[in-house]
Parts: sequence; structure tokens; C-alpha cells
Amino acid sequence: MPDYTLKVRRYQPESGEGAYWQEFKVDLDPDLSVLDGLLQVRDREDGSLVVRCSCRAAICGSCGMKINGRSTLGCKTQIAEAHEQANRRNGGTEPIVVEPMANMPVIKDLVTDMESTHWTKIRRVTPWLLPEGDPPEREYVVPPESMIDITQSMACIQCGACVSSCLSLEVDPEFIGPAALAKAYRFVGDPRDAEARGRLYDLAQDPHGIYDCTHCFSCVDACPKDVAPMDQIMRLRRIAGDDHDIDDVNNGRRHESAFTKIIEKKGTLDESLLLQESYAQGVKGKLIPTPGAIKGLVGSLPTAVRGLRTGKMRSLAKLIPGVHEKLPGDAQEHVQRIYTHAEEHREELNLYISGEEELEPEPDEAETPTPEAAIEPEPDEEGGR
Amino acid sequence: MPRHDVLVIGAGLAGQRAALAAAEEGVSVGIVSKVHPVRSHSNAAQGGINAALQEGDSWESHAFDTVKGSDYLGDQDAIEIMCREAPEEILHLEHLGVTFHRNDEGRLGTRAFGGASQARTYYVADITGQAIMHVLYEQLMKHSELISRYEEYFTTGLVLDDDGNCAGAVMRNVSDGTMELFEAENVILATGGNGQVWQPTTNALICTGDGIAMAYRVGAPLMDMEMIQYHPTTLAKKGFLITEGARGEGALLLNAKGERFMETYAPNKMELASRDVVSRAEQTEINEGRGFPDGTVALDITVVPRKRIHEALREIVLVGRDFAGVDITREPIRIKPGNHYAMGGVKTDVNGATSIPGLYAAGEAACVSVHGGNRLGANSLLDTLIFGRRAGQHSATRAKQIEAGRPSSAALADEERRIAELIGRDRGKGRRASEVRKELGEAMDQHVAVFRDAEGIKTALETVKRLQEESRSAYIDDLGAVFNQDVLGAIELGFMLDCAECSCVAALHRTESRGAQYRTDFPERNDEEWLKHIDLTRDSDGPEISYSPVTITQWQPMERTY
Ligand SMILES: Cc1cc2nc3c(=O)[nH]c(=O)nc-3n(C[C@H](O)[C@H](O)[C@H](O)COP(=O)(O)OP(=O)(O)OC[C@H]3O[C@@H](n4cnc5c(N)ncnc54)[C@H](O)[C@@H]3O)c2cc1C
Ligand code: SF4
Ligand code: SF4
Ligand code: FES
Repeated sequence: MPDYTLKVRRYQPESGEGAYWQEFKVDLDPDLSVLDGLLQVRDREDGSLVVRCSCRAAICGSCGMKINGRSTLGCKTQIAEAHEQANRRNGGTEPIVVEPMANMPVIKDLVTDMESTHWTKIRRVTPWLLPEGDPPEREYVVPPESMIDITQSMACIQCGACVSSCLSLEVDPEFIGPAALAKAYRFVGDPRDAEARGRLYDLAQDPHGIYDCTHCFSCVDACPKDVAPMDQIMRLRRIAGDDHDIDDVNNGRRHESAFTKIIEKKGTLDESLLLQESYAQGVKGKLIPTPGAIKGLVGSLPTAVRGLRTGKMRSLAKLIPGVHEKLPGDAQEHVQRIYTHAEEHREELNLYISGEEELEPEPDEAETPTPEAAIEPEPDEEGGR
Repeated sequence: MPRHDVLVIGAGLAGQRAALAAAEEGVSVGIVSKVHPVRSHSNAAQGGINAALQEGDSWESHAFDTVKGSDYLGDQDAIEIMCREAPEEILHLEHLGVTFHRNDEGRLGTRAFGGASQARTYYVADITGQAIMHVLYEQLMKHSELISRYEEYFTTGLVLDDDGNCAGAVMRNVSDGTMELFEAENVILATGGNGQVWQPTTNALICTGDGIAMAYRVGAPLMDMEMIQYHPTTLAKKGFLITEGARGEGALLLNAKGERFMETYAPNKMELASRDVVSRAEQTEINEGRGFPDGTVALDITVVPRKRIHEALREIVLVGRDFAGVDITREPIRIKPGNHYAMGGVKTDVNGATSIPGLYAAGEAACVSVHGGNRLGANSLLDTLIFGRRAGQHSATRAKQIEAGRPSSAALADEERRIAELIGRDRGKGRRASEVRKELGEAMDQHVAVFRDAEGIKTALETVKRLQEESRSAYIDDLGAVFNQDVLGAIELGFMLDCAECSCVAALHRTESRGAQYRTDFPERNDEEWLKHIDLTRDSDGPEISYSPVTITQWQPMERTY
């Protein structure tokens, strides 16, 4: 059996010492998991190495950890793959690096304190169904698709990998976070819940709520159950904004709709329009912002300056209206066609409907789905409630 | 010192349901779990939960299927209760928020399962157990004023008062190693099964039979311990389960020659015969050389439409991809029978009460007995919920009526001493505790599995006795207090060895073949002598055997064909 080296970040709180690295050699079938490797160490060599685990099959959500810097489940990561990945990243024969999850305090070795971080936030979103009145005699009758739809967020095993990977949480530890917001969608999307509007209002008004997410995709990559927390957050935003007309304190909703509107019109992002559209929507060419918007506008100047400094915004001229370049040829029309298509279809891809590989269809396949890849359209949101 | 009217040990489906039911009666409730509740093994139940709720179905039909599935060893009064109360329980769960699959009209929809005469299995894709458990946990959070949660608390033993009533339990707080006596007027054991006694198994690492052994140690009888289910479709190496839902959706079993061999063994129900029947058929094919060289046969799911696979069997697409490297939508997957479920456990009545006043048991840890010699797929979740609820209600009522005695605090000191001794053991002398655990699992899987005989079971029993001896000096590495999993593992090993001994003794004693117990030296069912349960009570030198009758209400034993 092949040998692998695990380099584990250890912390033994009773030793009085800080965290340290320790390397272990394991001999394991390549298709066994990193968790199996850790358990081999525990069984044969050092029983004081601790890691939460139970199911070994990506079901119980115990074994969230960072492997080669990526937040994931130990039991779901094949040791051979982790080995290759370590080599690819560092060149040569590097060990597999195993660390506790980030964005949470470490209790011992790979065991983190999820109560104070993850579970507190889960409780923050009122995580139970709030139906109206007494239940019916039989079951609630609801569209079958609505149950399949929220099953994606029900599939969450509360492992915390997304929390560990979240960039917004790094900056704002109070951000409600991907897992708890995905949980919130599970109720908002549930036709049996009577408080969708209240929930959405709450999550939009909270400065650490749905508009605190920066679209970084990290949680989508990290999630072992394809819950795609970011997608759930985007759906919460869309339902809050489009269906319930809820604005938020951070002006996130208007910023977002400005973003999409500008790209629809210009094909690329004209940053000069972004500020204007975000803060003084719909007033073409003239800036007649509300007092709140002026505050927001002024408040965002430091961000723009910081953006310039870090190179995220390439030149100050971009903020001057009219300087933005047009797209060549008929590219702009293509962009508009994408918008029209999206508007007409307004369908949601959900793993329980579309399966695995169909999720990333080739561009032409997306236009004409083959029978195999058939995607069931969702009923429109109103009908679903 | 925490004190509760009802103390629930275990927070899987049985435990959470019991806690909610007791709280509804207005008593003070505590619920303890050695892992965070949502990590409990009930998560793993993919397939679904049975109830005769559909028009045209009846609880009698469900009950008969269960009786027949049990090979007539199930107690029919308990089975009747379970099947009669099932529809209401499903509706209750639906009202709490479980996202059950709907049919085109938006009503609850079903799928087919093994051993059932009707499609009566309700499900949430293939995360049924997880979905139900997370919804119950939502309710625990909602009712946190009524129910105190002790998450990551490990129960090391039960405590009786001077009159022999159960009056509490000793806990170790996993996060800091402190030990505490929890007082309670009633204790409900909902600690799940003991699959880890066998290797490999579909069960999680935490399924070590703690509650079964703890009850046994304070004198409660265990029942049906020889009845251990081997599931027909598990992955060879690590024992992962492919849900019966796959066969329910139409998947086929094929031997290495590509023959649909169930035609020979169960011409009517084919792949959907009872689990003991299918597992024996597979093992026979494998033993007689018609399997693949790695000791497996094939499960062909490619015959199920792709759209249906993604909608209803996604979890096994992932299991196949991540743990076997097989795309189940495109090629058959290799499977074999593997340890899965303990039909036996702590003997209870239909309210979950054991023979010790104040001690209840529910779920896989308990034996009511509704499963008898063989559990039907999707009946276990139902068992956990129905009898979890009944135990919660009954113990709450009892709490209102009686004034319990106080446990002596000597119990705490005893447990502390026991653990200190374990931690203080000389590392040079004995074996590593983990080695003992491994040897146990292999011996049991070799000798107390699908096919058994006296010689093999005796070998296993001797091994278990030797390992019991060795475990008394087995050592661990972690000497600390904070999150010491090593010491918990050693305590679990003791629990597992008790369970193993009982299973061997009962399997050796039952000289017939019934349900999961198939004795090659006694291949026939023998109703005249063996239509009875084997009860085991702890004696100074091992389990003492007695019998209890099988309750028969309306279904006389018949020959069992599928
Ligand atoms: C892979 C798999 C698939 C299955 N599929 C199905 C299915 O489709 N349908 C079906 O009906 N059944 C199914 N089953 C069976 C079913 O899942 C279990 O029998 C059932 O969930 C057991 O529930 P429980 O509440 O009794 O115990 P568990 O869910 O195992 O919970 C036990 C609890 O006890 C706690 N505990 C244990 N020991 C201690 C201790 N010493 N101190 C403190 N706490 C302790 C644990 O932390 C846990 O919270 C399946 C089983 C497996 C393994
Ligand atoms: S997409 Fe949003 S929620 Fe997800 S990791 Fe990034 S910032 Fe966090
Ligand atoms: S959303 Fe995914 S990554 Fe986040 S806790 Fe749930 S299962 Fe884990
Ligand atoms: S051990 Fe259960 S998710 Fe990894």
C-alpha cells in the first residue's frame, strides 16, 4: 500500500504550548479518505490526535477541516487526490496539509468551537417553520417542485465548511454567514411558512444579513453537499427585492440592480454609472440623490480610492460619465439576448432536478436541452406560494 | 447538579421525538448526546419511512407485512400499535416542516420498498433520516425553554436508587472532561444500535451499543440479540450502504454472469423480497462462485431513468462517485451483504418501559419487539418515532405521579475511579484498545453473520471472552481532560464487548433458522420449539438465558415465501 504523509496542525490545550505542526506517515489504499488516514494515526500511533467524525460517508457533518488550505470534509476527500493536489500546489513531494476549520476558535487539534460561531447564527434565523393557524387535517397540499426546490438547502449537513471558507466572515465575523442563510431559504422557499416576508425584511435590514455576502463563490466550492449557499442567498435577495420590494440599509439591493441594468445596456460594467444608478436610480444623466443616498455616495468614496490603490479599480477616469467604451460589433446584442432568455425562462437549476454534469451545460446545450438533460422549469414564484 | 423529570440519553430520532413528547406533557426534560444531535446516526437513513396512509392501503396490510418480514418473531400487539399510529405520525412530521416528496397533485407521494405489499414508503429524496432529524432539531431549538440540551455529553453509566429504580446517570462533558451526576425521575435510553461490533458495517463510528450495555449492566434484560441484519447492498470495502430505495426504484441484482439471480430465490418479489432473503441469496451466489472475484455481486441502477435517479437517488450518485469511483447512472456497482441493524436490544413493553422502574428505552437500542427476526426497510425510522413518542409520554406521566428516590453520589465517585484507572494504565503491558476493537469486529463478521453454525459462533464467543480479558488492561494514549476521544473509545469498547457476548450466546442457543439467524447446522424454522424470544439478563459470569413468549393477535405463523 502506498505511503502518504499528513502534516497536521495540532493544538493540545492542556500542554500549555501553542499550535504546532506534526507529520505522520500513513499507509492506505489510495481510494480511502484523509479521515481514514487520520483515524489510522489515531488507532496505531497517537490516540491523542482528535477529530470529530462519525459516519465516514459525508452524511453526519462532523469532519469539517481544511485540507491543503481548502475547507472540506475529511471523509469525502480521497487521500490520493489530496496527495496529488499537495504536489501540484507546492511542486515535489509535499505532505498533505490538514488544519482545523477557519473562522472559528480551535478547541483541540482539528476540533473547533462550532457552537459559538455556527450554531449561534443558525438560531439567529428563527430556524423552524412558522405556519399560519392550525395545521390541516391531512398534509399541506403544495406544489411538488417547491419541496424538491428546498430539498437542496435541506441537504445541508451543518458541517461548517462554507463558514470556514467565507471571505465576508473573515472581514465581518458578525455576518450571518452562508450556512445560516441557506437555512433561512429553506423556510422562505417553503410554501407552508407564513412568515417569508418578515424573515426577508429581517435579513435585508440586518447589516450582517443577505447583502453582506460578496459573491465570492467560496462557499459554493467548499460545500460537500452541493447546497450552494451563495445561490440560496441570491434567491433570498431576489425574492426580497423583486417579489416583496424590500430595500436594505446598506443599499445593497439598488447597487445590485444597478449592476445588472448597466450590463444589460452597455454589455460591460460602466463604473461611472454604477454609483449614480445605485444612489439616484432612474434619473438619466442627472444626479438627484436622496439624503440617504448622498451619505452612501460619499461613504463609498474611500472604497473607490482604496480600489484604485489596490488595483481593483483601474483608473479614476472610469468614474467619469461618458468615458466608458462601447463593446465591438454585435456583442451588445448578444448580451441583451442573454437577458431576454433569462427573463423568459426564469428557471432555477437545482441539483435534485438537473443532476450533476448538466449543471454546467455547454453553451449551445443550454439553448436546446437534450432529453437527458431536460430541466424542469419551476413554477413562477407567486404560483409557488 | 442537573435534575430533570425525564432525562433522555441519545438525540437521534428516537431521543429527540421522546424529548419533544415529554415536554409537551409539561415536565422538565433534558436531552444528552455524545455528539451534536444532528450528527446522530439517524442521519444515515436514506430510504424512507413506512405508513399506510395512502388510499387503498390499510394498517392491517402494513402490520401483516411486518409480521411476515419478522419471520413471525415480532410481537403482534406492538406491531399493531406501530402500524396503526404510523399515518398520524407522518402527518405530524409533515406539519412540523419535513419536506416529504409530493406527487403531482401536491400530496404526499410514496415509493416501493422491500418486503412490502404496497408502495407505502414516504421519503425526502434520499435524505429522509437527515431531513426528519434536522426538523426535529429545529423543534428542540424552538422549545429550548422546556428542553435542556446537553450536547457532547457522554453517558458512562446508569444509576439506581436504593429501591432499584432508575434515578439518573453519570455524564462526562466531552469538551472539558468533567464528570457529573444527572438526577432524573425517569431515564429514556435512545442510544441507537451497535453496528460497530461488526466490521465492516453500514453504521457510524458512534454506534457502539452504549445504552444496550448500560441497561444490561444495571440488570435490565436484553432480547433478540441474535437477530442482526445484514443489508443486501453495501459497498465491499468500507461497508457503505446503497439504499433499498434503489431497488424500490427498479434496480436489478446481477451475478457475475449477468443473471438476475433473484428469479431463483424469490420469483414473485424478486429484488424486493425481505432483506434476510436477499442477503442469503447474494451470499449463496458469492459462495458458489457466481460472484465477482472480490466477493461481490452487481447492483444495476442504470435501468432507472436518469431524471428519476437525480431526483430520488442523488445521495447514492454521490456515494458511488466519491466512495467507489463508479457513476451509477452509467454502470452497475459492486455490492455485498453487510452488517446493518440490530433487531435486538433492551427489552421493553409497548410504552418503552423496561423491567427497571423509571428506565425506558426506544429506537434501535430497544427491542419492543416490532422487528422480530428481520426488520423491513423503512420500518426502523417509524419504530424510533412511534416508540420514542410513547416512551416520552409515558415517562412524563409517570414523573407526575411518583416521587423518585435520590441516587447515591457514590455512583459518581465509582465512575470517576473507573475512568481514572483506565487513563492511568501502564502503557507497556497490555494491547492498544484500538487493536482489541479491530479484532472484535473481524471475528464477529466472520462468524456471526449471514450464515452461522455452532462451531463458528463458539469461536467468536471464545474470542470475545479473551478480548474482554485483554480490554481490562488495554491502554490508551491521551491522558488529558479536554476532548479526550481516546478514553471514550475505551469505554465504548467495553460496551461493545458486552453486546458481542450477548449476541454470540443467543445465536448459539437458538438452534433453528429464522429471519436473520440462519444456522447451516439447523437450516429449518422450528415453530414448535422456537417461536419465542431469548432474553438475556446479566449474571456474575455472563448472560443468563430465559424466554418470553411471542405475542400473537391475528396472524398465525405460515411458511414465508416472496
Ligand atoms: C446507512 C443506514 C441507512 C438506513 N436507512 C434506513 C431507512 O431508510 N429507513 C429506516 O426506517 N431505517 C433506516 N436505517 C435504520 C435507522 O436509521 C436507525 O435504526 C435509526 O435511525 C436509529 O435511531 P435511534 O434514534 O435509535 O439512534 P441514533 O440515531 O443512532 O442515535 C443515537 C443517539 O444516542 C447518542 N448516544 C449513544 N451513546 C451515547 C452515550 N454513551 N452517551 C450519550 N449519548 C449517546 C448518540 O450521540 C445519538 O445521539 C438505516 C440505518 C443505516 C445505518
Ligand atoms: S459567496 Fe457570500 S456567503 Fe459564500 S463564501 Fe462568499 S461571501 Fe461568504
Ligand atoms: S451549506 Fe454545505 S458547507 Fe455549509 S454547512 Fe451546509 S453542508 Fe456544510
Ligand atoms: S465523518 Fe460524517 S461527515 Fe465526515
